[in-house]
Parts: sequence; C-alpha cells; structure tokens
Amino acid sequence: MTSTTTAAVPPVAVTGDPARTPKKRGKGGIASAYPTWFYLPAAALYIVFFAVPTFASFYFSLTRWSLFDIEFIGFANFVQFFSEAQLLQGFLNTFAYGFMTSALKVILGLALALLLTSQIIARGYLRSVVFFPVLVSTIGIGITFKVLLDPFGGLVNESLAAIGITGPGWLTDPQWALFSVALIDVWKGVGIACLIYIAGIVAIPTEYFEAAKVDGASAWKSFRSITLPLVRPATATVVILSLIGGLRSFELIWATTRGGPGFTSDVIASVIYKQYQAGFYGLSTAGNVVLFLVVTAIMIPISFLLNRKQVDA
Amino acid sequence: MLFRTRALRTATAIAGTAMIVTLTACSSGGGSGGGGGGADGAVEIEWLVQNGGSTPAMAEAMIAAFEAENDDITVTMQTQPGGTEGDNLMKTKLATGEMSDLFHYNSGSLFQALNPNTTLVDLSDQPWVDDLTEDFVTVVSTDEGIYGAPIGSSFAGAVIYNKPIYEELGLEVPTTWDEFMANNEAIAAAGTAAPIIQTYGDTWTSQLFVLGDYANVNTADPDWAVEYTAGNRKYAEEPAIAGFQHQQDAFDAGFFNEDYASALYDDGIRMIATGEGAHYPILTNALATIQQNYPDNANDVGVFALPADDAANTSITIWQPNAVYIPQTTEGEKLEAAKEFVAFMTSPAGCEVQNETLVPSGPYVTSACSVPDDVPDLIGELQTYFDEEKTAPALEFLSPIKGPNLENITVQVGSGISTAEEGAALYDEDVKKQAQQLGLEGW
Repeated sequence: MTSTTTAAVPPVAVTGDPARTPKKRGKGGIASAYPTWFYLPAAALYIVFFAVPTFASFYFSLTRWSLFDIEFIGFANFVQFFSEAQLLQGFLNTFAYGFMTSALKVILGLALALLLTSQIIARGYLRSVVFFPVLVSTIGIGITFKVLLDPFGGLVNESLAAIGITGPGWLTDPQWALFSVALIDVWKGVGIACLIYIAGIVAIPTEYFEAAKVDGASAWKSFRSITLPLVRPATATVVILSLIGGLRSFELIWATTRGGPGFTSDVIASVIYKQYQAGFYGLSTAGNVVLFLVVTAIMIPISFLLNRKQVDA
Repeated sequence: MLFRTRALRTATAIAGTAMIVTLTACSSGGGSGGGGGGADGAVEIEWLVQNGGSTPAMAEAMIAAFEAENDDITVTMQTQPGGTEGDNLMKTKLATGEMSDLFHYNSGSLFQALNPNTTLVDLSDQPWVDDLTEDFVTVVSTDEGIYGAPIGSSFAGAVIYNKPIYEELGLEVPTTWDEFMANNEAIAAAGTAAPIIQTYGDTWTSQLFVLGDYANVNTADPDWAVEYTAGNRKYAEEPAIAGFQHQQDAFDAGFFNEDYASALYDDGIRMIATGEGAHYPILTNALATIQQNYPDNANDVGVFALPADDAANTSITIWQPNAVYIPQTTEGEKLEAAKEFVAFMTSPAGCEVQNETLVPSGPYVTSACSVPDDVPDLIGELQTYFDEEKTAPALEFLSPIKGPNLENITVQVGSGISTAEEGAALYDEDVKKQAQQLGLEGW
C-alpha cells in the first residue's frame, strides 16, 4: 500500500508542476522547448540589425571615415573626442538636464497625482489633460514652444509684459536656454510620472488613511508617513525612466535651440550629432561608443539598486 | 495552404504587371502629348536641387525652357534640404550610387569634400568650359578634371547698407573699421535705426564678420590661404583675428538690433530694406530676396566691403556661384541627355532663365551670360571693386578647410559669451579636426 503510494506520487508531482519539466531537462543538457531552427529567424534579424552594426561601430570608431574611404587611426578619435572643448560643457549640461528634469518630474508628478486622486470634479478629464502632452510629437512641441517663447512677440513674454514683467530671452539667453528646454521637457513628460504615481497612490489601501484619521494625524502627517513611503516603488520607476530620458535627450533640444546660443545648451547627443553633420563620421561614432559606455556605467548600478529594492519589497 | 500561397503570388504578380502597364501608359501618353513624335525615344533624367531660396523656381523654369527646345528629353526635378543635413545626404547618395542623374551643389571646399575624382563625371571636354572665368574653373576642378557648370552669378560677402539713412545723416561709405564704427555711433545717436543688424536665429548669418573679412586678410598677407592649408597660419593671430575682434567690438558697443539673438535672415532683409537697420553684413545674393519681398526698396540698399583696420587693405570678398554636376552613376543615353541639359543651362537661353529667376548679385562667371541693364544699383557698386581690382575669393575657394563649427563660434563671440581670442582659438581647433579628416599633410 505504502509502496504504491510513494511510487505514484512522483509522476503526479511532475505533471502537476509543468514549470519543473524544462528545468529538469535543462540540467540534462537537452536545451529548450523549441528546436534550433525555430530560433533562426530571430537570430538572423538580431545579427543583421543589432550585432553587426554594434561591432561595426566599434571598428569605425577607430577610423577616420569620410564615406568614400577609411583610414585606421587607432584611438585618435577618442583622444580628440575627449579634448573637445564643447564636450565637458556637453557632459555637464547633460547631467544638469537629466537631474533637473528628473527631480521636477518627481515633485510635480507626485503633486499632480495627489490632486488627481482626490475627489475633484471632472477627474477623468483632468487626468487625460495632464497626460495629453505625452502623446504629442517632441519636435512638434519644440517648434510650438520656440514660437511661444520668442522674446519678441512670443505669447509668453507678451503675457508677462501685460503684467509688467520683462521676460528674458528664454531660448536665446545663454543663462536661460538649457533651463527653458528642461522646463518644456518637464511639461511634456510629467504626464507619465503622474500616471505612475496615480497607480501607486490608488494601490494604497484606504484603511491606512482611515486609521491615521482616527488617531488624529494631520493631512501632512499622513502624506509623510503613509503616502510617501508606500509610493516608493513608483518613485524609483519615475526616477529611472526620467533620468534615462534626460540623459539621452536630443530631439527637444535640437528643435528648440540646436545646442545654442553658441554651445550653451549642447548635450552629449547634440555634440555627437553635430560631429556627424560635419562629416566626422569616425569621430561621431567614437562619441556614440563613449555615450554607450557612460549610459551603461550609470544604468548598471541603478538597475542593480532597483532590483534589490524589489526583492526587499 | 500551398494553393493559397500560389494564388496570392499570382495575384501580386498580376497587380504588379497591371501597375507597370498603367505607369508606362501614363508616361508614354505624357511624352507624346508634349513632344508630338519620338515618344519612344524619350530619355528621362532627374535633376536634384537643394530646397530654399529661389533655386527650385529657377530649376522649374530651366526645365520648362529646356523641354520646350528638346522633345526627346524629359527632366524631373527632385529636391532635398540644404545646409549641413544636405551635405550629408549628398555624400551618402554619391557613396551608395543613389544620386540623381545630375545635381546642383556648392563649389569650392564643399565640392572638394565629394571626392570628385571617383564620384563625378569629368566635363572638361564640353564646349562651354572655354567661356568660364579662371576663378570659377579652379573651384569646380581637381588635378584630374573639371566637374561643374555654374548656375547663377558670383556674389560678395560684405556690408549691405541702407542708403536713405546714410543720406539723412550725411554719412560717407567707410573704408576703415574706425570710420565704420564712427558711422555706427552717429546712427545710434540718431536713434531711428539699429546700427548693425545681426540675425542669430539663422546661425549661418553670424559668420560674415569673419568670412567677409577674408579679402582684407588676403590683401595684407597674400600667402595666407596656402600657409593656412599647410597649417602655418592661425585665426588666433593677426591679421585673421581681426574678423572675430570686430564682431566682439560691435557687440560690446551695443550696436546690434535688440532682437539679434532670435531674429531670422528674413527679418534682417526686412530691416535693411525698410530702414529699421543701417548695416547688415551678409551675402549680396540677399538682393534677390529684397527684390522679391520689397521691390520698392531694391534701390535703397548699397554695398561696401567689410572695412579693414587699414584702408589700404579694405577689399571685398567674393563667393563663386554653385554649380551643376553629373555623378559617374549616370551612364549611356542618360549621360548624353544630362550633358545636353548642362550645356543648355550655360547657353544664352539658359542665362536668360537665370536672369529672370535668380536676380544677379554680382558678375557672371561665364562669358555666355551677361547682367541685364535694369539691375539694382548695388550690382554697379560691386562692379567698381572689380574695376579697381580690390577683390579676393572667399577662403573656402582657396583652401579645402572650413571648420564646421564656425557659425556657433561666431554666435558666441557676437553674443558676448566668449571673447574674440577664445573664439578664434576654438575655431583653430575646429579647423584642425577638418584638416585631419581631409587627410592633409602637416596636421
């Protein structure tokens, strides 16, 4: 009796837990659920469109390349790239831009999410209004704001003039240019941050707030002690998404200032693009390799941090 | 399954054939409609021009005039953006063999960057080559051949000024930088117009203080271009730094229009034509735009060379016109047709089209064309510099090196973000990169 039971148990367990089957087979080295040819189309696409260009770009970054001929020059492009006067400025601007937009999106996104999860009139409509700029093309937004922010006759400065303030040349004053573009970026991107926060806030059980109310906690206290800690995963997501977006930002800057005036709002991506435009193909490829390494260097620790947080939670 | 695939294929094939038949029907119908006989032998060629200004209008008129004379050749126009984006497109199209049968592009250093010996058809055996000026031939040729036919007239990079303002204030055309600044002072004191117009909304317009000063540099040091190409002359040194210095001086004196940072080229044209501004350092082909947009003011503008510090050096910088080239991918009867079209453009009939659609902004570079009598006064003023032999080609026609970042650097200098010394030193770095990219000796 006992022996039959024990004998019968293992097959039941195996069929009952299908996830275990491939694992066991894997250990035996018989690989996966699909035959090899099944992977070939995807592998071919991957090689042609991703692997080959990536390795080709490593090669071209070591050459002086004019589209017509190629000369191998070792690491000279990298030396040149790092001695570029605009580059330091570009790096500083990129980080300033990335952190500024990221911080503002967190603050404004959370504030808007609080507003839009409260009991206000036309909540659904207001939510979609906040999200709307996300759907508009970046270049379109850039061109629109270029008109709105025109120092002479632009809507913004005309409005400011009506209440007696002389607005700066938002996109043409070297002190303001990068800041103005960052603000436009925040306006465009805050909808996503807000959406993520709304999801985070809605997921907080209302019992916590009720309990806090019974205990006599103030509004600020329940925000500090309940909402803020419990939307932490949402904050991590917003920070990472907006930081990545900020570090690789290009279209908005190109559509509004083209890195100008002079080089005052250049970011790494626009420096690289200008080098490509100028026909320095090898040099700009070297810049892309550098950008790839920098973004990797920033993102690996951050994603490691995020994954650990998820395990903790 | 198999049947369905087969059916699908057949359907596609039928649809494809039907389309081809329709297309052929269309084109042959069009051909016979336009040309009467010879529809079968019609050669179709494609002409690529860069968008912007009056070029597409000129191209259309040129095609219409040519087709009226040639039944057996049909020309279609293609356009693409200009500027640095256009430069890249040109190079990519040539490198991949996708270029149209003929194309319109800059002469000088940008032409040299196309690697003409391996990508373009040598036209030195064409009859119209003999009519060209020597200056023009040098900017469309290499050691191995002559590749381009001119379209449009030459033009100058100089100061366009508003004559009514000069008359009202009793000012004289300046020949030294100090006189020029004194005039600006007087105009600023009068308070009715901006002394100097700058339009950094279109960054390329910021380069004129430097590029238009080259004739002065060349007069002071005739070897400058050769030595610069060899890496022995720098912008951070005299005499070439003067261009940067003058731009900084003008900014420091507060002579620019208040919206200089955002104004566009078209704004600058409006200001100089209507007297909102007194001086505009720009290319004289601006005259075409003035005549188009402000025909009543076309004779209110005059021209003088950007003044050097020393009057003896003051001379005017001349740009050569753009040209038409044929890529080596054009072969057979298309090549013959393209050559015929190019010959037409440089013939008196083609010149007539150029005179009508592109207002001449300086002398022509082929003896086949002549400037009509009713052109604005500015052309006559330009001619006096030629008569006195006070001209020099722009640097981009004497040296293959032009740093790509000049326009951003001159915006910096002209907005007080950096000094003339810093700007000039930065530009020397930029030039070095370009020289290395071109593989020149000594860099």
